[in-house]
Amino acid sequence: MSLLSVRDLTVKFAMRDQTVTALDQISFDLGKGERLGIVGESGAGKSITGFSLMNLLSRPGFIDSGSIQFEGEEIAGLPDRKMRSIRGNRMAMIFQDPMVTLNPVLTIGQQMVETLQAHRRLSRADAEQIAIMKLREVYIPSPEERLAQYPHELSGGMRQRIIIAMALLLEPQLIIADEPTTALDVTIQADIMELLLELCTSNMVGLILITHDLGVVSQMTERTLVMYAGRIIEAGKTREIINDPQHPYTQGLINALPQQTLPGHRLKQIPGNMPGLAAIPTGCAFNPRCPYAVDHCRSTRPETVSYASVEVACHEVNRLHNTVLEDESA
Amino acid sequence: MKDLTAEVETQTILELRNVEKRFDLDKGFLETLKFKGGRFTREQRSVHAVNNVSLEVKRGEALCVVGESGCGKSTVARLVAGLLEPSAGEIHYDGQRIDNKSRGQLLDLRKKMQMIFQNPYASLNPRMTIQQALEEPVRYHNPGLSRGEVRAKVAEVMKSVGVDPSWSSRYPHEFSGGQRQRIAIARALTVDPEFIIADEPISALDVSIQAQVLNLMLEAKEERGLTYLFITHDLSVVEHFGTRVVVLYLGSVCELADTRTLFSNPKHPYTKALLSAVPQLKDDKPNHIRLKGEIPTPINLPPGCPFESRCASANARCREEKPRPIVQPDGAMVACHAVEEGRLSPEI
Repeated sequence: MSLLSVRDLTVKFAMRDQTVTALDQISFDLGKGERLGIVGESGAGKSITGFSLMNLLSRPGFIDSGSIQFEGEEIAGLPDRKMRSIRGNRMAMIFQDPMVTLNPVLTIGQQMVETLQAHRRLSRADAEQIAIMKLREVYIPSPEERLAQYPHELSGGMRQRIIIAMALLLEPQLIIADEPTTALDVTIQADIMELLLELCTSNMVGLILITHDLGVVSQMTERTLVMYAGRIIEAGKTREIINDPQHPYTQGLINALPQQTLPGHRLKQIPGNMPGLAAIPTGCAFNPRCPYAVDHCRSTRPETVSYASVEVACHEVNRLHNTVLEDESA
Repeated sequence: MKDLTAEVETQTILELRNVEKRFDLDKGFLETLKFKGGRFTREQRSVHAVNNVSLEVKRGEALCVVGESGCGKSTVARLVAGLLEPSAGEIHYDGQRIDNKSRGQLLDLRKKMQMIFQNPYASLNPRMTIQQALEEPVRYHNPGLSRGEVRAKVAEVMKSVGVDPSWSSRYPHEFSGGQRQRIAIARALTVDPEFIIADEPISALDVSIQAQVLNLMLEAKEERGLTYLFITHDLSVVEHFGTRVVVLYLGSVCELADTRTLFSNPKHPYTKALLSAVPQLKDDKPNHIRLKGEIPTPINLPPGCPFESRCASANARCREEKPRPIVQPDGAMVACHAVEEGRLSPEI
C-alpha cells in the first residue's frame, strides 16, 4: 500500500465572476519513505497541490472532485477537527520563508512544546526533552539555550533547521516541503537539503519537495512531477526526466538553464508566458508556446501516455522523439 | 583598426579605490551614550557593509559581483550609481571622480549610467502608464527633443526589448513579471547609456522568463556596446553572462578573476565552498563542502579575515591579520593567507 495516493484531484477557485480550475485532475502515488519532487514555474499549481494535501486550502479555493488517500484513509474533505489530528502529526509541512513561519512572540521552546502537547499527553519537561533531542538531530548547537530564544535572535538557516525539527517532532510519515530553501543562500541551502535528505532516509519519511529549481530536484528526489497550468504534464524517475525529458515544456525548462548553453551564447528560451488560470488555452495548455504544436494540440487535450519510461501528456511525443533522433543523426 | 578596438576594450570605465561604506546604527548623540562599568561612555556602532573594496570595470565587459545575502553586493551597486555616498575611498568614472559630486553635477553621468533593479513590481510607478514611465527619462535628459522624437525613441526602445509599442498606454499591473522587467530594461536603455548597473535583475523571475531577460541583456550588450556591473547570487548566471567575477564576503573581496579561471580553478576557500554548493543538474554525487559555523555579523567584524570563523584552513594569522588581495600566476586576485602560504588543504 502506498503512503499517499492522489486520484483525479481537481481544485477550483470561486472568483467573483467565474470559477477557475487551479488543479486539473492530478493523480500520483507516493511510497513509504519515497522522495518526490514537484517542479514548475509560478502559477503551475505546485503550492496548491501541497496545500490541498494538507487540507489547508482556504476560500475561495476548494477541492471540487477527486480523492486523496493517506495511509489508506480518505482525507479529501475530512472535517477540520479530524484533519487536525493528522496535520502536524502524521504529515507535516515546511514552508518557504523561515522568517514568517515561526511565531515571533513565542520562544522556540514554547512553540515546540505547544505542538507536542497538542497531539500527545506529555508533561512540559518531557516535551522539552523531546524538543531538545530533535534540535540536536538537526545539528543546532547548544539546543537547551535555543529553547529560551525568540525567532529573531536566530539566523535564517538556523530558523529553517528549527522548522525542520518542528516538522519532525511527532515523527510524521510524510513531509511536504514547499520551496524550503528559496529564501536562503546557496551555502545554507546545500546544508539544509543535505540535512533533509539525511533525516528522510534514516527515518523512512516520505518527502514531497515543491521547488522551481531543477538542480535541487535532481539532487534530492527519486521521482519528479512536472506541472504546467494546473496539470501534471510529465512524471517519472527524476534521473530519466532530467537526462531525457519528453514533454516539450520540460525540455524547454531544462534547456533554458544557463549551464545548458556555452557561456556568452544566446540561451534557449521558451517564448511567451505561463497562461493565467482564467485563460488556459483549449487543447494542450502549452500549445501557444510549443514549437511542435499542430492543429490537434490546439483542439484536444492530451491524455497522459507512457513513453520512454515516463508518463507524459503530449500528443506529439512520438513525432518529437523521432525528430530529435533525426537531428542528432544529421 | 584592430589595435584600436583592442585599446577600447581594455580601457577602464569605472574604478573603485579602497571604497568603504558604514551604516551608523546609533544616530544622534543620545543613542551613542552607553552606560558601562559605572560611567557613561560614547560608543558608535555601525554596520560595515563594504570594506576596502578596490576594483576596475573595463569598457565592454560584464563584471559580476557575487556573494550571499548581506555581503554588500547591492551596496556596491548603489555606491556606484551614486544612490549612496561612500564613507571612505574614491569612485572614478571615465577618469573623473564621481563620489563627491552634487546631484546636479551628476546629471550628465546619469545619462551614461543607468540602473536596473531586482523587483520589477516595485521599480515601476504603478500610477504611470508605460509610455509616461519611458518618456520621462528621455525628456528629462534631452530637453531639446520634440514630442514626436520622444515618442519615436520610446517606440524604438520598446520594440528592441520585445514589448509591443501599442501597449504603451497600459499600466504596469497589466503586465507579467517578465514583461515588467523588459520594460524596466527599456527604461534604462531609453537614454542610450553606456554603463548599466543591474542589481539581481532576474532573481524575481521564473526560469523560462529568466532566459528571455538574460538573452535580452546579452543582445543589448552586443548591439549597444554596453558595459555591465551585474550583481547576482546565482553562479550559473555568472558563468554564462560575466567576463570577470568578484566574490564578496562580508563586504570584502575574496577573489577577483576571469570567469573561466574562477570556475575552472577557484582558489579562495569561500569561492570553493560557494561553487560546490550549487545544486547540479546531472551530477548524482554532490561533493558539497560543508561550512562550519555561522556568518559573523557585519557590526562587530573580526580583525582578521572575515571568513576565518567558517574556514577549515584558518590559523592564528587569519584571526589577527586581514589578508590583502594578491595576484596569482593565472591573473586571479585572491585575498587569503592560506593560499599565499600554500597551506590550503588540497581536498578543500
